[in-house]
Amino acid sequence: MTMDTKRKRPARYGMVIDVDRCTGCGACMIACAVENNVPPAQPEATDRTGITWVRVYQIHNGASFPENRTAFVPVMCQQCGHQTPCVSVCPQQAVDVDRETGIVGQMPQRCLGCRYCMAACPYHARYFNWWDPVWPKGMERTLNPAVAPRMRGVVEKCNFCQGRLHAARERAAAAGRAEPKPGEYVPACVEACPTAAITFGDLADENSAAAEQARGGNTFRLLQKLGTEPKVYYRSSRPWVHQVAQQDFGRRKKEEIRG
Amino acid sequence: MDRALISRGVRRCSPRQFLLWLVPWAALAAFGAYSAGLCLVRGLNQTNMDNRFAFGLWIFLDLTVIALGAGAFFTGFLLYILKRHELKAVINSAVVIGFVCYSGAVVVLMVDVGQPLRAWFTFWHPNVHSMLTEVTFCITCYLTVLAIEYLPILLKNRKIRQVPSFLVFEFELHKVMYVLAGVGTFLSFFHQGSLGGLYGVLRGRPFAFREGFAIWPSTFFLFILSAAAAGPAFILLTTWLVSKISRKRLVKLEVMAELGRISGVLLIVYVLAKAVDTLVWINETAPATGFAAHQFYAWRPFGTWILFAEIVVFGLAPALVLLDEKKRQRTGWLVGAAVLVCSGIGLNRFVLTIQTLALPTLPFDAFLSYTPSWQEVGTFLAVIAYGVLVYSLSFRYLPLFPQERELAEVPRVSGD
Repeated sequence: MTMDTKRKRPARYGMVIDVDRCTGCGACMIACAVENNVPPAQPEATDRTGITWVRVYQIHNGASFPENRTAFVPVMCQQCGHQTPCVSVCPQQAVDVDRETGIVGQMPQRCLGCRYCMAACPYHARYFNWWDPVWPKGMERTLNPAVAPRMRGVVEKCNFCQGRLHAARERAAAAGRAEPKPGEYVPACVEACPTAAITFGDLADENSAAAEQARGGNTFRLLQKLGTEPKVYYRSSRPWVHQVAQQDFGRRKKEEIRG
Repeated sequence: MDRALISRGVRRCSPRQFLLWLVPWAALAAFGAYSAGLCLVRGLNQTNMDNRFAFGLWIFLDLTVIALGAGAFFTGFLLYILKRHELKAVINSAVVIGFVCYSGAVVVLMVDVGQPLRAWFTFWHPNVHSMLTEVTFCITCYLTVLAIEYLPILLKNRKIRQVPSFLVFEFELHKVMYVLAGVGTFLSFFHQGSLGGLYGVLRGRPFAFREGFAIWPSTFFLFILSAAAAGPAFILLTTWLVSKISRKRLVKLEVMAELGRISGVLLIVYVLAKAVDTLVWINETAPATGFAAHQFYAWRPFGTWILFAEIVVFGLAPALVLLDEKKRQRTGWLVGAAVLVCSGIGLNRFVLTIQTLALPTLPFDAFLSYTPSWQEVGTFLAVIAYGVLVYSLSFRYLPLFPQERELAEVPRVSGD
């Protein structure tokens, strides 16, 4: 057997979320929390202090019955590919972009907890550990040994399940390959979605399903004009979803939003 | 013993009266220390900050007190570098104010971070692209400079001066004061600017994001200007306040007027720069990021009134007062204008820190509010109490106002 150890060009992992398929069930949030050792919320935690690397927003078309329509938009770290807002602001280089994968990584061991990156993130996709992580007795046995739990006072966020990437790379290396094959590395949220609303893959590989979908006519990215080149795409065939997801915030009413 | 520590030729209240003045401030400081202690021991869950309002009252406090403390570096710059000798009358007070403001801000910053014991990481793994790195380096260095500048004032204490070696040391320190003033000015220019840059570089926050010159957004330069304008105004205000509380004349009116003039000149330049910056932001920067500037003011209570108040009420109005020579001869006008300038700085820092975070960026996200917890307020108040305590002790035992003795000997002139 010949070892294919030569690395290909850098990957650009990303995902396409089909908003029309998302039912807002929250399975992605649960799978993410289990995979990444996100502790159960403290009794005092609120929706603004709890940790969830994926947050599913509910949006409405603003019409009244029977024309009213609802959609769900899961928002996680958008893995910005250009002028990544959180990277340049971190005073101690606890945030970086992996050139090999395009994934924006967070090093909790180096994080000071200044939360400047949270202020910088336009997607509100970064979360602070306001409490010490506590797992109810017995539940600690469910912890994922591949992911280090974070301590109080540091910031964390979605990293496309980097633990899974490492595991996939190890398996690929054992099989004599430099990189995992498409489909061998899949984040937990993608795997858990019951309606297969999330397609994950290498956007730099033109033949990947994710790249093909991202090129499709019905896709959009959040806050595209900021120029941060997010690697999370959304798709919907419903024009109002595009309109709501991309319209100016000043025109929306508070009561149309639940997140 | 107390009497022996007070400078010759000046009068201070009785020790009992002084103690009564200190007690409430000490109690407030103790309450604040308890509040801060809770945050350090139990974590930042003691605050009302959250994942959306990642910064709150403390960052607003830091930015404001550091701007108000700018009087130390700017007065030092004017006195030692530009040779404006009339400012010698307030330089000691300015140094104490600067030291209090900066040390208070650093202490609050240490409480504000989630892992205070990792503060040294910034020096070990610095990200040279981060404005916060620049702020951390410059503030730490400048606080050291301020501590060294405070030392000769401390050594001027009547009792300490009796030790000959301290007298020699103080004399030697005075020789390097020009160097310290220069270093302090350099560091201050940078960190005042970097504090403005903190928000100006946030591409993801179109309300705060500004284009600029080279690596610095326009807020970098606006912060330097506004701090330089507010610093002298705050010295003017504190001098007047101390004079009222102690019921003593501390500096001549000419000095107050000069501080007012300096503040006025810088303020009018700042107001013009701020107006141009706002116009560029409305017409260029905000639309380029996909937002129309008027949308930022659609959320109550942050309407356009806040912009008007910032530029006109707290900017242009006090600047015009301070530029009027006749008005500068009246303490009421001077103090009133100084109050407006200092409030304007507070409002500007509030807008940049709090309003920026309150505004949603995602089209389907909500506008959120935040109310600080009592632990946050307690820590905030502790900084003020700490400032009052250090300043009160310095005022009692150190010669903060060299003109005080001279003024105590001459009868009061009307209008002064």
